[in-house]
Amino acid sequence: MREEIIVRVGAKILAPFIIMFALYVHFHGDYSPGGGFQAGVILAAAFALLALVYGLEAVQRVLPLWFTRMCAALGVLIFAGVGVVTMLLGHGYLGYNALAPDPAHAEHGQHYGILLVELGVLVTVFGVMVTVFYLFAGRGRRDS
Amino acid sequence: MITAIDIVLFTLLAATGLALLRVRNLFAVVMLAGIYSLLSAGLFTVMDAVDVAFTEAAVGAGISTVLFLGALALVGPRENRPGHTPLLPLVVVVVTGGALVYGTMDMPGFGHADNPVHHHVADHYLEESEHEIGIPNVVTSVLASYRGYDTMGETTVVFAAAVGVLLLLTGARRARSRASPAERGGGGGGGGAGRGGTA
Repeated sequence: MREEIIVRVGAKILAPFIIMFALYVHFHGDYSPGGGFQAGVILAAAFALLALVYGLEAVQRVLPLWFTRMCAALGVLIFAGVGVVTMLLGHGYLGYNALAPDPAHAEHGQHYGILLVELGVLVTVFGVMVTVFYLFAGRGRRDS
Repeated sequence: MITAIDIVLFTLLAATGLALLRVRNLFAVVMLAGIYSLLSAGLFTVMDAVDVAFTEAAVGAGISTVLFLGALALVGPRENRPGHTPLLPLVVVVVTGGALVYGTMDMPGFGHADNPVHHHVADHYLEESEHEIGIPNVVTSVLASYRGYDTMGETTVVFAAAVGVLLLLTGARRARSRASPAERGGGGGGGGAGRGGTA
């Protein structure tokens, strides 16, 4: 597939739009369908597409395995960390009202909290999906 | 109109399922499984579960297909003939399917307004989400705020899955290369060891 010019150019044109769409799905998750999980999968799909067309080595130069592995753990840390921060601010674990800049409008904190934990979900799902893809796709090549 | 869409989608689902059973070329099986996921996503959309449909389309039809293709590259595109008669599996499937259908007899009708699922905490979520959370998408507010603990658990499960795959696919390789250091000098083994070193 790596010799097909249409596939190569098409993938190159599509990839940035897929990445933008993933970010849209994440940041617009409060208003429309979608959220961190779907955004993470779409983001991973962009890199999977590039890896399928340009080869695993080319993509791993941009996005190495150690980085995706770190992302997988980092997302859980972000999610759990938001809970710890709200506790330190005097609310319950994951009590997002603590994050409101103006206590009179406590529900604004919910908005920030949801965006932050969804970011955690995005980072973990993205890291996990790309890591698993790397391991499966790289395995055959390594053994042959 | 909805009924017509339902009939079309279910017919296509059944046809895809039957084709999945008959086809012996695993590449075709992977593609059909992707189509099956996409059709399910269509069904979820008809049921107004747009968030679920989104996930199904992205994970089931997207990433899973790619992962299956990656696995196919390892095992080859042909399915071996099964070494046993299909009689026992058929009995198991028929009994399990029968039990599941019997189980649905006691379930309340799909989509009825007075179903228990719509009255436990759902009323509160639907009516108060606007004031308490302040975002329009109730699915997101339930997922990330009302049920934040659950979502954190799910994120941890996804992370645990990656740890499991990492252990299975790279842990074994590292143990093998440690067991036989002589092989590490070879072409393929050298690349593997180098990649392991950067980790």
